[in-house]
Amino acid sequence: MPANQALRVLIAEDGAADRLLLAQIVRRQGHEVCTAEDGAQAVQLFMQQRPQIVLLDALMPVMDGFEAARQIKALAGEALVPIIFLTSLNEEQGLVRCLEAGGDDFMAKPYSPVILAAKIRAMDRLRRLQATVLEQRDQITRHHHHLLNEQRVAKAVFDKVAHSGCLNAPNIRYLQSPYALFNGDLLLAAYAPNGDMHLLLGDFTGHGLPAAVGAMPLAEVFYGMTAKGYGLVETLREMNAKLKRILPVDMFCCALLLNLSFQRGTVEVWSGGMPDGYRLSAAGEVLGVLASRHLPLGILPPERFDDSTCVLPLAEGERLLLLSDGVVDSGDAQERLFGEQRLHQVLAANREPAQLFDELMQALARFGGQARDDISLCDVRMLGPDGAAAQAVVYSDSGRSSPLDWSLDFELRGDSLRRFNPVPYLVQLLQEIHGLRPSSGLLHSVLSELYANALEHGVLGLDSSLKRDAQGFSEYYRQRAERLAAEVGGVVRIGLRVEPHATGGRLMIEVRDSGNGFDVASVLARSPQAQGFCGRGLNLVQRLAHSAEWLDGGRLARVAVQW
Amino acid sequence: MDVHIDHKVLCDLREIMEDGYLQLLDTFLEDSERRLSQLHQAKDAAELGMAAHSFKGSSSNMGAVGLAGLCQELEDRVRQLPLYGIEDLINRIDLEYREVQQFYGSERERISAG
Repeated sequence: MPANQALRVLIAEDGAADRLLLAQIVRRQGHEVCTAEDGAQAVQLFMQQRPQIVLLDALMPVMDGFEAARQIKALAGEALVPIIFLTSLNEEQGLVRCLEAGGDDFMAKPYSPVILAAKIRAMDRLRRLQATVLEQRDQITRHHHHLLNEQRVAKAVFDKVAHSGCLNAPNIRYLQSPYALFNGDLLLAAYAPNGDMHLLLGDFTGHGLPAAVGAMPLAEVFYGMTAKGYGLVETLREMNAKLKRILPVDMFCCALLLNLSFQRGTVEVWSGGMPDGYRLSAAGEVLGVLASRHLPLGILPPERFDDSTCVLPLAEGERLLLLSDGVVDSGDAQERLFGEQRLHQVLAANREPAQLFDELMQALARFGGQARDDISLCDVRMLGPDGAAAQAVVYSDSGRSSPLDWSLDFELRGDSLRRFNPVPYLVQLLQEIHGLRPSSGLLHSVLSELYANALEHGVLGLDSSLKRDAQGFSEYYRQRAERLAAEVGGVVRIGLRVEPHATGGRLMIEVRDSGNGFDVASVLARSPQAQGFCGRGLNLVQRLAHSAEWLDGGRLARVAVQW
Repeated sequence: MDVHIDHKVLCDLREIMEDGYLQLLDTFLEDSERRLSQLHQAKDAAELGMAAHSFKGSSSNMGAVGLAGLCQELEDRVRQLPLYGIEDLINRIDLEYREVQQFYGSERERISAG
């Protein structure tokens, strides 16, 4: 330590001889000295000279040392300007007054140069310590501001990406703490070309920027693949593979992914590591639970990733409530958790769906849980078949190069049937035809339906009458997964033929499978209501296409779309 | 052992003050005249106590141990009213100061003579 770091020392002492002596002692120790004869002068000099240490006589005329000490301390603000009282006060009360007025030490007369030097050194150490603390505090504050600013910018960038989706759709209500992103929470929603809605609630491990960085690539995959018409399974596989590739080992993303098909009245669900979601009636009764059945995204390598989803019927007006673990894991002062039971009580008590979030937040507040900044809630309502407004798509090319006279035959066998979904590719190919672009959602729906029929009923031989109720639904999808997991023997052939007409054109779609076919006449004879979920979606295809027929005992579907 | 002056203190002062020693002696003597008149003119116990306190401080710094002791006695005494017999104590301070004044006067002469 620099023992004799020169300091500026203010001495206030009314006795001329004492002042002279003290100034000389301090000066001989290498410091710079300024002197005052009373407290008022001392305060004045302090303002002018900003000394680092002040020696104050307690009893002085005009303004005594106690008052001068108070004023000097106030002027010094946060910086520590040590004040040593010079006093021969020896009764306790006097010494206490010195300290209470802001004195840091005292020094009795007669002065001892050795003790004074030691005191000045000690006070200088304190002064430096305080300065260091202040400097570090300011540095932390600056860093904190910097961090907040970075978060603001990152959030603004991210919001542009995240809100390119359809979170503002009329059937979605959501609530997210403003900086939930930096706690790893992620909520995304987008329309698929066929009018289905994909929705993702994710929760990355960790906090702060590390928890937020994974959100960007995940959102990109989600939006990109949804827009291209990929289903949940392909999207999930891609998200998992991407996160597995880019995230460190200890980072992953719990996620709940939904596909709401308004046309079919179903919801497809995949949940890995998220708290239970709830299927609610229009009035808010809990109809069922969307439980996690998988490991979070980003843990398993692609070959071991389980992409099996579960499909449930969801009637118009029924709702799904998704929440992040910030809700049930909110703890009160005694570290008890809010828990699922309290959540269920709130759900049961809810009368007005629009009030549910408020009621939930109030319940959390009543519970005494600290306001957590990682709460995400999402309430999505099923719409009728026409619920999803057609999504306007913006194209960048003129359309003059539209190919209008071609055909294509496409055959899928074995492993390709198990893993590959040809629909997005075919829809993209058909996008090249300008006149078909406004119908891309329709094309997606029709192709998906026809392909699903050919694969599930034709090749896999699944019985659509199973899908009578919720239980049958899960049985149907269980069998589907089971049969896909085994060797797949059949073939699905897809033929597209495009021909120009005078004002537009016509697309013929043929989908043929190697299965046993079905009794076309009897299925078509049933009313759409009676067909329900087990009508092989035939009425859906009939409704969307200009003409649709089933030939060869139901093994060949032929559909025409005109423009 | 001198009951009036602590010579060790004086010796230290001389070393500390270097060329300023004479000035210190002069200043102390001037200062002390002022303190003494304050003692005599004090209108109440508080003023008397304050003057005694200051005088005690400077005397102790200058090694005038006898004077400092008497000032201490006065400072203690004024806390107990009534101030009966206080003049006697002030007179003793006057007498003690004469001793000190004389001593420092000769000390001054000695230093000036070099």
